[in-house]
Amino acid sequence: MIDRVINSRGFDSFDLRFIGLIVAILGVGVLSIYSVTHDQDAAFPFYAKQVVWILLGAVAFLVMWLSDYHRIARLAYPAYVIILVLLAVVLFEGKSSRGAQRWIPMGPFAFQPSEFAKLVLILTLAHYYSKAPRVGWLQRVVLPGVLVFPGLLLILKQPDLGSGLSFLAVYAAMLLMVGMRSKALGVILLFSLMLFPFAWEAMWGSLHDYQRQRIMAFVDPTYDTGGKGYHALQSRIAIGAGELTGKGLYGGTQSQLKFLPEGHTDFVFSVFAEEWGFLGVLALLLLFVALIWLSLEIVARAKDRLGALLAVGITCMLSFCIVVNIGMTAGMFPIVGIPLPLMSYGGSATVMTLASLGLLLNVKRRRLSFL
Amino acid sequence: MATAGLHDSELGELQRRLIILRVGLLLVVALLGLRLWHLQIREGLYYRDLSENNRTRSVIMEPARGLIYDRNGVLLANNVPSFTLYVSLEDVKDRNVLIDQLTNLVGLDPVFVRKKIMARGSKQLPRKVKDRLSLREATLIESHRLDMPGVMVQVESQRNYPGGVTASHLLGYVGEVSPEQLERPEFSDLHQGSIVGQYGVEKFFDRFVRGQAGQKSIEVDAVGHEKRTVVVEQPHAGDNLYLTIDVRLQKVAENLLGDESGAIVALDPRTGDVLAMASRPGFDPNILSRELTPKQWAEIVQNEGRPLNNRASQGQYPPGSVFKVMMAAAALETNTVTPATTIHCNGGYQFGRRLYHDWKAGGHGSVDLRRALVQSCDVYFYTVGQRMGIETMASFAHQFGLGEETEIELPSERIGIVPSAAWKLKAKNEPWLPGETISASIGQGYVNVTPLQMASLIGTVANDGVTFRPRLVQAVMDRATGELQERPTVPKRTLKLRPEILPLIKEALAGVVKEGTATRAKSALITIAGKTGTAQTTALGKDKKAEKDIPKKFRDHAWFVAFAPVDAPTIAVAVLGEHMGHGGSAAAPLAKELIETYVKLMPPLSASATNGIVARDGDVGGQGTR
Repeated sequence: MIDRVINSRGFDSFDLRFIGLIVAILGVGVLSIYSVTHDQDAAFPFYAKQVVWILLGAVAFLVMWLSDYHRIARLAYPAYVIILVLLAVVLFEGKSSRGAQRWIPMGPFAFQPSEFAKLVLILTLAHYYSKAPRVGWLQRVVLPGVLVFPGLLLILKQPDLGSGLSFLAVYAAMLLMVGMRSKALGVILLFSLMLFPFAWEAMWGSLHDYQRQRIMAFVDPTYDTGGKGYHALQSRIAIGAGELTGKGLYGGTQSQLKFLPEGHTDFVFSVFAEEWGFLGVLALLLLFVALIWLSLEIVARAKDRLGALLAVGITCMLSFCIVVNIGMTAGMFPIVGIPLPLMSYGGSATVMTLASLGLLLNVKRRRLSFL
Repeated sequence: MATAGLHDSELGELQRRLIILRVGLLLVVALLGLRLWHLQIREGLYYRDLSENNRTRSVIMEPARGLIYDRNGVLLANNVPSFTLYVSLEDVKDRNVLIDQLTNLVGLDPVFVRKKIMARGSKQLPRKVKDRLSLREATLIESHRLDMPGVMVQVESQRNYPGGVTASHLLGYVGEVSPEQLERPEFSDLHQGSIVGQYGVEKFFDRFVRGQAGQKSIEVDAVGHEKRTVVVEQPHAGDNLYLTIDVRLQKVAENLLGDESGAIVALDPRTGDVLAMASRPGFDPNILSRELTPKQWAEIVQNEGRPLNNRASQGQYPPGSVFKVMMAAAALETNTVTPATTIHCNGGYQFGRRLYHDWKAGGHGSVDLRRALVQSCDVYFYTVGQRMGIETMASFAHQFGLGEETEIELPSERIGIVPSAAWKLKAKNEPWLPGETISASIGQGYVNVTPLQMASLIGTVANDGVTFRPRLVQAVMDRATGELQERPTVPKRTLKLRPEILPLIKEALAGVVKEGTATRAKSALITIAGKTGTAQTTALGKDKKAEKDIPKKFRDHAWFVAFAPVDAPTIAVAVLGEHMGHGGSAAAPLAKELIETYVKLMPPLSASATNGIVARDGDVGGQGTR
């Protein structure tokens, strides 16, 4: 089956570029994780584990790529119910880490439902909007909101502010692309998006430290005032110290000397920036932009609403995570726990991202007819 | 499944809207790029500098130690804010200059400062140079900070003991962790300058009281001046302790000893709760918790009275006649005697070529077990001990908890000595001599006990044979959760005696106070039972001098153990007065005072007992001589 697809008309140069970009970014990620954890004294250090996650993710990618996305979309509602149950299970049974319960232990692994919830939410919303023409405010905005709400609530309860924000971002993107009637609203959104960093800086930057901490503590109980400030400072030092050309592999004193915590997860970008400098950062940004550009291409070429909606949801989710993660490591946003797609260490996140990208490529696949 | 055609217009609309995303994406990425350019190119040098010299200083934030209260919530140990001088060596250009500055400006001792600055240890962490700076010193340093890069004054909490000397042996004191301690695993999460308990409860419960240090990160500029501070981790204060002692009773116990050396222990035999534990002479933990000069240390350590010695749990003395309580139980259990067995005492016991004296010249005449205890007849117990043999005596002594730890939660408890043939061979490499059995039977010779063991022994008798492990900490309050965790009372063992034996002995001990050697312990408030003891310190020969003519340091130790009220005991007391002479005259009145205070403070449920007639107020008790 797979052979037939690849050899007939399933595979072209576009796919090759798309997959090539993914592999390149994954490679950079593993390299950075290796740089931070190569001295880890463990039988199975992080970078080795990450390779295993990538291989698992590759399987997920293939499955999502080579099935029919219409069939996958039909599973959206049941999948959403299952994920809600899992999120509830996490709250009561989950493995906690620093006061937040996010994992369901599964033998030697731990499974993080909130990561997968993002993909399931995209499926669910795309499925909903593609069903019949949606008219009226209620059907376009409120009902999908009702769909989003229980999942969002459970995720925030963990509390996992990062995943919660991604959830909201997906909902907002869907609204923007199909929910809003008038272009006027779209324009307003666009401007607010554009101005957001400046507005944020103006608002957030003018607050006193203690006021920020209070706000953060209110929004996210696990927000550790001291720890986050320290992270932010050390992360800024790491990035800035990279200068133009970087300090070279293993040259990052911030990460090597362990001044920078979480260098293999949420702050993997800081490690990369310290070691490869501004030039490396530009190259990496280029890779990410190219990947998103191709994703937008897929949206543009989608054959039907469902495909377009799936593709746009996935693209927006990835873009959001990439921008917010880099923005927080560079000290533009407050620190929320959002990993950098395809680069941060993490099993659930890696597998979920690759599965999403597989589904994205699936939308682009040329079909003979509807099966 | 809806066909695609149905929403073609909408699909087209969606795809047209992509332009928004494309523009938005490029804008945001451009912003990110700008920000990164700003960080890496424009401010790159600054950050590189910060990273290379890692210009963030980590400063340890010392935790506040947990508070210590007595059983009624009276504060015994807390913390007061004080200024501490730190020096961050990385920022010091010339150490000698700095030492001169601190000496000339602030008047610190140069030798002392040099020692602190030059000490081994991490260069990254600022060194603690001096704590408890006076306000004047702190302001002087702060006002000259610009001339002395690397110097920091931090506000920290210092251990403080509002009661001063009160209960000092129990509370102990704190001090900086020593380099040797830091090598040990239990101190692995500490650092140079950490404060740990060095004695008493402070030491034994250090893990609870210690708390957890925090850390802050200070960004400094090239000259080592603070620019901003980020708290990395807040320190966590230690847990609070609630002791079992009643500080009012404790103070009375300490005052009873006054200027004499000795110890008083009061337990609740039903639970093992330590109600009071006094040891004299004492020390002021406030002074010991500071940094002392070697000279000051030497003064305390070499002091004749050895104030740092907790005589209650670490002082070892021959028990004298108090030992007879255990002997009586052993004699009945082994059927060596029955309660009706009488032994004739004519004032001495001939064994081989030696005559072992009774303390009462002329002897007690014919005595049974009760009278032997009431009058503390030596000959009776010489005989009994001779019949039982040293091994039987030793095994019963162990049952009563002698020769082993009471397991009180204090560091360095001593166990005393229960002599036996095996012990002597091991300790002195000599065989056991029959005559030594005779000395041992009245608690002389090699037998050694601590006052705490004696309190536990009499408590066991009072509590019908059940020994509780002494409990010093009633509850621990977790600072994080505010939860009060009661610490368990632990029954350690039950004496294996026939049920009729202990009541007999208890009745005899009541007789000791009513009509025997301890009539001075008789109280109008409560019935008391007890046993006197007089422990010889040196053999003075038979030329009996009046006690006042014997130099103090050769006088006997005075013992008295007691419990009250007789029919349902709620308090067990052991009093030991070093070189205070006779138990009946010197120690018994103290025990009575203490028990009466206890009755006034915490009336036992059955405090209705009254004494009959007051017997003659005479001083009895004394010594058997070899």
